[in-house]
Amino acid sequence: MSNLQEKIAKLFPEASFEDAGEFRITVPDARLHDLVKTLRDDSELRFDYLVTIVGMDWKTSLGCIYYLMSTRSKQVIAVKVSTDDRDKPMLHSIADLYHIAQFYEREVYDFYGIIFIGNPDMRRLFLNIDWKGYPLRKDYDDNPSLNPVSIENERQSDFTDQWVETASGEVRKNERRIFAPEDFVVNIGPQHPATHGVLRFRTAIDGETIKRIDVYMGYIHRGIEKLCEDLNYPQTLHFMDRMDYFSAHNYHHGLCLCIEKAAGIEAPRRAQVIRVLMDELSRIASHCLFLGTFCMDLGATTMLFYTLRVREQILDIMERTCGARMTFNYDTIGGVMQDLDENFVADVKALLDVIPANIKEYNKLFTGNVITRNRMEGVGVLTNEDAVSYAITGPSGRASGWACDVRKTHPYAIYNELEFDEVIRHEGDSMARFKNRIDEITQSARIIAQLIDNIPEGEIQAKVPKVLKLPVGHWFQLVEGCRGLFGVYIESDGSTKPYRMKLVTPSMPAACVVDHITRGQKIADLITIGGSMDYIVPDMDR
Amino acid sequence: MEVKKITTKSMPYEDWKDNEYIEHLVEELRASGTNVLVGSLDKLINWGRSNSLWPLTFATSCCGIEFVSLGAARFDMARFGWEVARSSPRQADFMMVAGTIVNRMVPVFRRLYDQLAEPKYVIACGSCAISGGPFRKSYHVAKGIEDIVPVDVFCPGCPPRPEAMIYSIMQLSRKVKVEKFFGGVNRQEKRQDFFREHPEQEALYNPVLPDDADRTNK
Amino acid sequence: MGSEQLIQSSSLTVDDFGSWTAAFDSMLNSWMPSWCATLLECVLVGVGLLLVYALLALFYILYERKVCAYFQCRLGPNRVGPWGLFQAFADMFKMLIKEIIELKHIDKFLFALAPYLVIIASMLCFAVLPWGNGLQIINFNIGIFFLLACSSIGVLGILLAGWSSNNKFTLVGALRSGSQMVSYELSVGLSILTMCCFAGTLDVAEIVNAQRDHWFIVSAHVPAIIAFLIYLVAGTAETNRGPFDLPEAESELTAGYHTEYSGIHFGFFYLAEYLNLFIVSGVAALMFFGGWLPFNIEGWDGFNHIMGYIPSVLWFLIKAFIISFVIIWFKWTFPRLRIDQLLKLEWKYLLPINLFNLVLMTVIILTGFHF
Repeated sequence: MSNLQEKIAKLFPEASFEDAGEFRITVPDARLHDLVKTLRDDSELRFDYLVTIVGMDWKTSLGCIYYLMSTRSKQVIAVKVSTDDRDKPMLHSIADLYHIAQFYEREVYDFYGIIFIGNPDMRRLFLNIDWKGYPLRKDYDDNPSLNPVSIENERQSDFTDQWVETASGEVRKNERRIFAPEDFVVNIGPQHPATHGVLRFRTAIDGETIKRIDVYMGYIHRGIEKLCEDLNYPQTLHFMDRMDYFSAHNYHHGLCLCIEKAAGIEAPRRAQVIRVLMDELSRIASHCLFLGTFCMDLGATTMLFYTLRVREQILDIMERTCGARMTFNYDTIGGVMQDLDENFVADVKALLDVIPANIKEYNKLFTGNVITRNRMEGVGVLTNEDAVSYAITGPSGRASGWACDVRKTHPYAIYNELEFDEVIRHEGDSMARFKNRIDEITQSARIIAQLIDNIPEGEIQAKVPKVLKLPVGHWFQLVEGCRGLFGVYIESDGSTKPYRMKLVTPSMPAACVVDHITRGQKIADLITIGGSMDYIVPDMDR
Repeated sequence: MEVKKITTKSMPYEDWKDNEYIEHLVEELRASGTNVLVGSLDKLINWGRSNSLWPLTFATSCCGIEFVSLGAARFDMARFGWEVARSSPRQADFMMVAGTIVNRMVPVFRRLYDQLAEPKYVIACGSCAISGGPFRKSYHVAKGIEDIVPVDVFCPGCPPRPEAMIYSIMQLSRKVKVEKFFGGVNRQEKRQDFFREHPEQEALYNPVLPDDADRTNK
Repeated sequence: MGSEQLIQSSSLTVDDFGSWTAAFDSMLNSWMPSWCATLLECVLVGVGLLLVYALLALFYILYERKVCAYFQCRLGPNRVGPWGLFQAFADMFKMLIKEIIELKHIDKFLFALAPYLVIIASMLCFAVLPWGNGLQIINFNIGIFFLLACSSIGVLGILLAGWSSNNKFTLVGALRSGSQMVSYELSVGLSILTMCCFAGTLDVAEIVNAQRDHWFIVSAHVPAIIAFLIYLVAGTAETNRGPFDLPEAESELTAGYHTEYSGIHFGFFYLAEYLNLFIVSGVAALMFFGGWLPFNIEGWDGFNHIMGYIPSVLWFLIKAFIISFVIIWFKWTFPRLRIDQLLKLEWKYLLPINLFNLVLMTVIILTGFHF
């Protein structure tokens, strides 16, 4: 850490450093772009993965915290910038350094009104074009009469704004057309069977070939981050079930770990094992549903019914322990809600017995099919560099040859004691993404098999104060959800409620990359690619 | 006309939870009276309609996944003839509003409802659709879909279990059975009722729709 | 078994509908002037046809739903009537009273015309199908040609539907459908032409009669099997069914060319899809599996005798249903092709194989290397 600090301090004397728990660099806005460029391009550092941009409102100032990860050393650092101008806050964009930054900056603009100079597309991301106010600012007026629920169609604009800085340092606003006037634009979604929820693609096509896609999100933006600021810590947990409803356990796990880290609580060993078991079970269930719905998108409806069999079996196991089929609310701060069901071990063993046969059947039914191979091989190729730049994590990222499994890079709970392989493929096409998920089922089953006979006896819940207050500070925790990296950022002002809670989800980058990898492909490939990226819309919209 | 106890196959009348409501509808039907010919034709048509409810594939969040489970082998809604999920609203009979409806979705959702061909029904499925659920306090969530469209059946739960969804669609099917297609309690009038309760919606409903809006009101 | 014997055995049954209809015709003619008799016959045939049409379509809807359910480890409809037998009727009643939505900004005439074109096209094909021994609405010497010509009217309806709806999805669906039908028509036509070469006639009744000894799939062996496989693939594509259901690919184009249709107009498309399935299977039964002829095994006289007692109509239907089953099986097993792969399959593989097959067939006919 220290040599990194020396290196940066030499190049950027104005930067200040903080090394409490995480390494954080604070720079003035003007030097941000250069600093991030150095961090990214330096051959030793290689901070080429932008984990997230956390927009912040510190009441007197607005700003951003950039979380960067090095694909080489797996180290995570934070870069902080702020501006005191609350009326027209402006920061410099890093959209030219990381592809995903363009969308993250749009999100920050949407929530905080911070304009990024140099970002080619400064539109709102989640809220509609005429929304008044910036909801995550602390002084946001949430009077419903300002933004009433209306059944009239929202205003649509074919133009986007772009702020550019001239050589003299003056900032100018340009208008830019999104589609060329002669484009044949087809609106796919928000209500469309292939978008897996309410995502909207405006697609310019030339015959059957896709020229460009403009992604519209926010059709299920529920403002979870804002809602969390009004709830105390245990209450925020239940939202984790409702974002990526397939990774409910994993997301719970992430938030619990983050809060536990902040409060200095450690869950008992038994609880940790149970959490890992549940995570891996839900990973299998999630991938099973992915296989089914993906095949259904390609027109092979029958596959869904075979994959859902395994999923139902897992849901049964979970239901007996957690009491629900989908929204479990099982992990609590310091442990889990209740002990395992008495038949849990037997049920899981029965499940492990059927999984290999089922995977064989899926491969026989679908993977080896010549039509499937033609539809998927070489379709939607995502190179390693693009995957990193677009922050595509999880099985999709690993299909592009990027070892990004948080369970390996930043082991949490008991993952460092477990034996399992990180499934990596290098083709980067839809087939690789599909096969990766099948293989991950096997790996998850392997983890479960290691644990199921060795669940330690003991407490399931650590002692947690009745009223949980976190000390002043900020914490960032990563876990591996079913679709990729899930991150929780909590900033606390010492009260019972989070001052800011940012949730980093894997689905948002997955939807943002669709434009990049579908260009020049056919409409049918959009469905293949969208299906293989496996995004969950409530997860990206939050 | 004698109206028998309204139930569906393999579910005894006494097992239903809200028989008073259906009985009230039956009373209404009886009071309005009808002649034999139209009455039996009504019966035939209602038999057809109540047994052939095609859903619109519409899901926004978690409840949608339970709806997928409902279609799968374990709960198999095909048994009741509901499996013909149409993607085009023009061909669907009812809309299972599975998931949260947020401000930005409201116009789209309303449009979908308008595009459904009469007779059309709405099931509000899950607490988000009923009231906003856990997100009720949010700045960007509609507090229940009842203010946007008329709802026929509410199905509580977060998300409701597939069994609950089956029950709710069966309730809908029961409700269809006590409607009169010819004369009497017709859907068009029901829409009028809705407007009487929500006068502010009427102006929006019959208005000059934007260019690409696509149906004329009859 | 010799052909005389077979004719003898089939004449044992009361199954020759030709004599029945001839008797009925002469009876009518003895009572009323001939124009009147013809008119009456036309009306009767029309009513009968409509009835058969509707019943077959309803049967097929249920058939598909049940078969698909069993493929997917489900039960399928089972609440409405025993085994859900009346499910399709319920659907029909529902569909009949559904609102037909009037749209703005569309070509109203073409929009209304399209579903009728589709349904008329499939209905016309019924006219030449040999339902049973002598049970054919019209028998003329270019029967098969007529059938092919009629079935290709259907694509016009689909194109019109897509175009007139003034909707981008339907337009893309219609264009897909157009290119698909035009391409696969070639394969259907060529594979039937191959068989017509062998039969030496275009007359449907004669084609059936030519198979009295052996079904074509046996007597013309290799080229017939190739032609049958190609026909099956191309026929599936012709009916817009999976894995060739691109024009109405649900996950891509919501409901494809009929997205904007509601009520009974949609019902027409829905019915026509199933009827086309029947027609494709019926033609396959006719060209390759002896039409309404019973299943006979040479030498097993007792068995053949029993088979002869099964009415010819049933034979035709059973054969058609079995072939339909295979096509339904396709749909519920395979994923969908992409448009370029679809066209590649036709133009790069099926068409050359087909042409080669035609040459092979002529060689076989010339050398007499067949049964």
